[in-house]
Formats: sequence, structure tokens, C-alpha cells
Amino acid sequence: MIITKQKALEDILKACRDAKSVFIFGCGDCATLCRTGGEKEIEEMTQILHKRGVAVTGTATPHSTCHELDVQRIIRLNKEALATADAVLVLACGAGVQAVGDSVKKPVVSGCDSLFIGNSKRQMHFYEKCSVCGDCVLNETAGLCPETRCPKGMLNGPCGGAIKGKCEVDTSNPCVWIEIYERMRAQGRLEELRRFTGPKDRKAARKPHRLENE
Amino acid sequence: MGKYKDKLEKGFAITVEIAPPKGADATLPLEVAKKIRDRVAGVNVTDNQRAMMHMSALAFSHLLLDVGAEPILQMCCRDRNRIAMQSDMLGAWALGIENLCIMTGDYPTLGDNPQAKPVFDLDASQLIRVADQFSKGVALNGKPIKSFKEFYVGAVFNPFYDPLDLEIMKAEKKIDAGARFFQTQPFFDVASVDSFLAAVKHLNVKFLVGVTPLKSEKMIDFLNHNVLTTPIPEEAARRIITASNPEAEGLKMAAEFVNAVRDKVNGVHIMTVGQMESLPLLLDMIDEGHKA
Repeated sequence: MIITKQKALEDILKACRDAKSVFIFGCGDCATLCRTGGEKEIEEMTQILHKRGVAVTGTATPHSTCHELDVQRIIRLNKEALATADAVLVLACGAGVQAVGDSVKKPVVSGCDSLFIGNSKRQMHFYEKCSVCGDCVLNETAGLCPETRCPKGMLNGPCGGAIKGKCEVDTSNPCVWIEIYERMRAQGRLEELRRFTGPKDRKAARKPHRLENE
Repeated sequence: MGKYKDKLEKGFAITVEIAPPKGADATLPLEVAKKIRDRVAGVNVTDNQRAMMHMSALAFSHLLLDVGAEPILQMCCRDRNRIAMQSDMLGAWALGIENLCIMTGDYPTLGDNPQAKPVFDLDASQLIRVADQFSKGVALNGKPIKSFKEFYVGAVFNPFYDPLDLEIMKAEKKIDAGARFFQTQPFFDVASVDSFLAAVKHLNVKFLVGVTPLKSEKMIDFLNHNVLTTPIPEEAARRIITASNPEAEGLKMAAEFVNAVRDKVNGVHIMTVGQMESLPLLLDMIDEGHKA
């Protein structure tokens, strides 16, 4: 899922400029799990804005705010509440903000920063394991991604700086190359580690991405 | 063939590290280079080491050539993509630089511009292969290079890495990719050199073991916490801490170390941390110890 954190309230208010009223969009998917844009957080934001003199004309929590057709449908359903709002605050990831912004004819305010694609181990603990590079090496690295889990994206072994198995860049993280080595060894696949991995195809990461399957 | 390659392949090479300045005036490091140029096989030029901004290593290597010193140009993967790296290799050829020491590089958040974009388009093993292909007249995209020369390419090795097997596997890849020499992290005792050499004796490559003269307890703390993956041995630390003149003791220890490993390794690579001006004296002490 897309991991988000709410922006500081003062930054949200600053981005709302002179709006006296807003409509709030959340997201029933990732932002709900991150507790940044679920129904509870929308309610909390409504109270806070009310205290700061900003009226909330309505709220909506699409199942997934990155689903553009669904967002358009919800915009139509909330036509009147949206008409009276000076701006639309979106508590979701950047994809959600743009889905709303592309369809609502009002200034759109992003209430969250999007951080990474994360796995969750337990509630509110998120870990980045895939950085959607478009040129996956997981079949060569025992299913552990060095492009994401090594800050330097080393593809042919560790940088050599790990201390007691921990990454020199952030010692609270394990060195993923030692994890790859240990897993390969446990699976009797160490020979595979001797294979040279060539440079990544960075054009696979060219933005903006598009995939239009027929 | 350059002096560095010749010495390393045929005898015993002493190289020293000189960092480019953090300013436009390179007089001071060049003065040191002039004093030592005939006494060392080569001068290693660091590439924005520890992710701290310095003068371009390529530009400083050119200045070294102008004063008659042979540069070993370090290239790290942190700051440039494959286009810029290859471009700098062509530039190195044009300037007469023959030796490259290739490494991945420290991460920007550990340096003095922590907000910088980390590049790491290639890793060190891949860049070594690029340099090796360049020496055969082929660019990374497989196209021929119209005029080309040969680079003498090396890399770095951490003998204190745990698990060492993994570091050795990576070194084997680097050798296959074209690395001809390895510079190591600094050693502070001969016994560690012996066990390291036993572990890597199957590798067909030249090793220059690292030497760093210690000068104070503060420096030991700094190295233990910021540079080394294994702490400095207690005996070495004790000699510095109890010395009446720790700086002189550190140079003495470094000279003793060089002469103790001289017959075991292909060379030594001296990395002075903030005491570049001591290099001529250290070389004197090494010579005296060797003659004795």
C-alpha cells in the first residue's frame, strides 16, 4: 500500500489559503490503514477546522481514491456540498489528491505526504520492500530486493560497510546483502551469488508511467 | 606502463592518499605531493570522500600530473550516472591519467550535503567492468570508442567484513570484471594481515594493505565510530594513549607496520586522516626502518 503521513496542520491551513469552507475527501484504502485519511481522521480534521473557523461542507471516503471513475461518481453525488466549498481537502496519497483535483473544479489541497510503498507487519508499522523500479531482480536475490532495501542499490554484493550485520547508513536496518547471503546459504544456492548482475535498465523507471492493457 | 602499475606488479608499491582541497587553491596538497612524488608509486586522489564536497578528483589529478606525481583517480558511484562516469573516463585519458580506483562511495546522508540526491546508477562492480571494457575500446552501450588507452583498474576491500566469505565473493566478481589491485581498510596489527592473506591467497590480484598513522585518543574514537567496521586493536590504542608524544608514536607504529608487512603484500596504501603534512617524515621513518 501507499504509506502516507498527514502534513502539519499549519501547513494544511496555509495551503487552504483564504478558504472559509472545505469539502474533505479521505480514502477507504491505504490512508485508512495509515490512519491519515480514514473516516476517523476526517472527523478529527472536521473538528479541528471548525475550531479554526473553516466550515466543512461535506466529506467522502471513496473505497480507493485513486480509482478515478469512482471519484467522479462521488463528486457527482456530492455536487451540492462541493458547490458551497471554497476548496477541497484530500487526506490521501498524491495519487488520490490528483484523482480528485483532475475532476473537481475547485482548488485542491493535499493534506498528506506520500512516503513509500510499504508492507505492514503490525498496525501502523510500515516497511519499504519494493520501489517499483520496473526491472525486478528478486529472482536473482532470493526474493530480497537490494534496489530498495540497500540505500545504495548494490546489485553485486554488499558495499562492505555493514557493522555487526547492520547497514552503515541506518544502523537500525539489517544489511540486506547479508540477509540475501544467509538465505541463499540456507537454501543451498550460494553459487548463484557469484553471477554478475549488469547495470539496471533505468528507462523502465521513466516517468510518468502508463500501462493501457486492452 | 605507469610507475604505479610497474611497482605494484613487479615489486612493492607505496601509495599515499591526498584529498583535493575544499577550495580553489590547491597549493598546500600540491606542496606535499612535490615532496613525496619520487618516493611513492602513486598518489590516490579521493572522490568527495565520506560524502563531503571537495574539489573534483579529476581536476586535482591533473594538477598532480603537472607537478610530476602519478595519480590514482578514485571514482565513486554516488554522484554521477553512467553517462557522466564514462565522460570522466574519457577526460581522464585525455589528461594522461592511467590508474583508477573504483568504489561505491559513502551515502550522502553521512556527509556535508545530506539532502543531495544519491545517484548509484552503477555499483562498483559494474563500473569496474565499464573501465575494463573502455580499456578494450568498447563503451557501456557496446559501441566502439574511436581512440582509447588502457586503464589500470583497482577497487577496495574490507578485510574486517563479517561475513568475510561474502566480501570475498564480491571481490571475485570485481576481479572477473577487471580489477587488478585492491586497497584495503587500514590494519593496525600484523597478525590480522596474516589471517587476511590466508583467506584471500587464492585471489589473483595485487593487494595494497591500508595504513593509517594514529595520532590521538580522539582520532581512535573517531575512526572506531565513523570509519572502521572493526575497532582498532587494544594494543595499538594503548600505545597511542600512553605515549608522551602520541603523534610521533603513531608515525613510528605506522613505519614499523609497513616494514613488518613489506615482504608479505604487494604494497601499502597510506591514508593519513588530517595529517597529510606528516607524509615526508613517515616516508623517512619507513626508509630508516627498512635499512636497519
